[in-house]
Amino acid sequence: MLNIKDLHVKLEEEDKQILKGINLEVPAGEVHAIMGPNGSGKSTLSYVLSGRDGYEVTGGEAALEGEDLLEMEPEERAAAGLFLAFQYPVEIPGVGNMTFLRTAVNAQRKARGEDELSAGDFLKEVRAKAKTLKIDADMLKRPVNVGFSGGEKKRNEILQMAMLEPKMCILDETDSGLDVDAMKLVSEGVNALRDAGRGFLVITHYQRLLDHIKPDVVHIMADGRIVKSGGPELALEVEQNGYADILGEVA
Amino acid sequence: MLPESKKTDLDQRLGALTMPESTGWLQSAREAARERLSVSGLPARRDEYWRYTDPKAFVQAAPGVVATENTTEVFADLEAFVITVENGVVSFTGDAPAGLEISTLASVATTDIHWAREVYGALEAAGSQPVVRPLASLNTAYAQDGVLIRATAPVETPVVIRYAPGEDPILHHVIRVTANASMTLLEVGTPGGRGNTVAEVEVADGGAFHHIRVQGPDDARHANTHTFAALGEASTIKSFTLSANGALTRNEAVITLTGDDAIAHVAGAAFGKGDFHHDDTVFVTHDAERCESRQVFKKVLRDGATGVFQGKILVKEGAQKTDGYQISQSLLLDDDSVFLAKPELEIYADDVACSHGSTTGAIDETALFYLRSRGVPKRVATDLLVLSFLAEALDEIEDDDLRERVSDYLADWLAQQ
Repeated sequence: MLNIKDLHVKLEEEDKQILKGINLEVPAGEVHAIMGPNGSGKSTLSYVLSGRDGYEVTGGEAALEGEDLLEMEPEERAAAGLFLAFQYPVEIPGVGNMTFLRTAVNAQRKARGEDELSAGDFLKEVRAKAKTLKIDADMLKRPVNVGFSGGEKKRNEILQMAMLEPKMCILDETDSGLDVDAMKLVSEGVNALRDAGRGFLVITHYQRLLDHIKPDVVHIMADGRIVKSGGPELALEVEQNGYADILGEVA
Repeated sequence: MLPESKKTDLDQRLGALTMPESTGWLQSAREAARERLSVSGLPARRDEYWRYTDPKAFVQAAPGVVATENTTEVFADLEAFVITVENGVVSFTGDAPAGLEISTLASVATTDIHWAREVYGALEAAGSQPVVRPLASLNTAYAQDGVLIRATAPVETPVVIRYAPGEDPILHHVIRVTANASMTLLEVGTPGGRGNTVAEVEVADGGAFHHIRVQGPDDARHANTHTFAALGEASTIKSFTLSANGALTRNEAVITLTGDDAIAHVAGAAFGKGDFHHDDTVFVTHDAERCESRQVFKKVLRDGATGVFQGKILVKEGAQKTDGYQISQSLLLDDDSVFLAKPELEIYADDVACSHGSTTGAIDETALFYLRSRGVPKRVATDLLVLSFLAEALDEIEDDDLRERVSDYLADWLAQQ
């Protein structure tokens, strides 16, 4: 599903290399987690994959189902099936959540040559999916993320994911700012989307999210590289011993 | 004495005009206005309130623009009383809604007695001090026609003035809202290739006047409008203008709160690209206690467009407990576009709350990326953010249905750009 080969990335504005040769393959149907200390380049990886400005790819490649992601505009990547759940979902005053969702869903359908969803069908689907995430009608009506609590913002991200039905989901520290109940709700939302045809890349600092979203593979990232990969037990090891042991072991 | 250049401009402009035939009160009002004009002369770039907008196109004898077709359906299927203005001539059929008396300026020009005599030219004359408004005085003197509306009861059915383009029309509307009466006036389109429109609005104690104007989307038009309003005790005016395109637009609002507890809200949203110059010049005078005024103006400028805002709040001596607010903001979609703002406060009372602010900014890149990362193409995402920026001005429209119509119209228009 997602293939990253020897990806090198630096900041556009300054001469600072962030990613120093990432190799990663997430097959369809699997959940991969990336853990790592602050500043290891986890979030940069998610931004580069989704096409945010400010980064320069200096080497390597990234492909989604064989299609070169790095050549695409952000909206083309989304239409191709990539989805990033933001660590800090953006507030957009003046744009209704519902309008935003419908515009996004229909723009992607259009880009893929599919018919747009009728207003009625769309509404039915949103309501059903919102309900399982405990997102009420008021939240749907309000401007995108404006006045939402941390937990509401993250649930709203998962609602977008559920509506857009991407092939490859990247979750960037979706657990940050969540209490236990909200984390459970968000995780249930993610788990409901787990599917043989869909891949997940879950970026997190902590093991606790992985109690809810069980990964198939855990990668440890440090200083712009993946330094160790293993099964779910690797996350537990981090939880118990911190990163220092693993990093020391690799070095 | 006028300087030589102003004298030449005035002679040339008036030489191309004929004062329409009228008698009695209207003739006197016209002559008094021409007298004001002969003292002030026509505006020139060096005048204090014309520094940011070149008045040449309004001053020159012949209009420089040919009118283009200018239809918008924004209020099309609304239940309303529709008045048409075509090539500077006002017409309507049928009976006005109960509570409204409607006539045309041309039809009363030779009538001895008409209620409009107490308003016509009077608010313009009062509003031409301390700042002269020569184009408005010219309008009062030479107006070809106009809509005269008197509201004597709370009226739900809105009045729509629909403009079909003419060449160089001069139109003068008079609205009188009597005590505790209310009405809504909607204006659609612009009256000409070059148009000069004045509206004098008198709202008596407890009255309310709601006004929404949708200018455009004719690309080339030169529009100059003045709204003069005088507000009695506990009365309200709420006026909103949407301007989509147009080469040159100057909208002036001159509002005086003369009775205690009156409320004046004036707002505008403008979007233009390229050869687009849009100027909102607002002068609000607080001359009574506990009045509230609000100015909210937003402009989106693209491809080298220019936006101007000159807004003033004058609080006279004794106008205690005044609550005055003013905000002007622009969103520049590229480096070539320019926004010029001149906010002014002049306060002679010591127990007031007045605030003003002005901002200029670019599109929020983070928000743009967020939208695009959800598959929304850049163009559509930019439109959404433009609408979101303008929404605060559109929120000044109180009526939900009317606000949605204006908002939908704006969204459709943006999508076609």
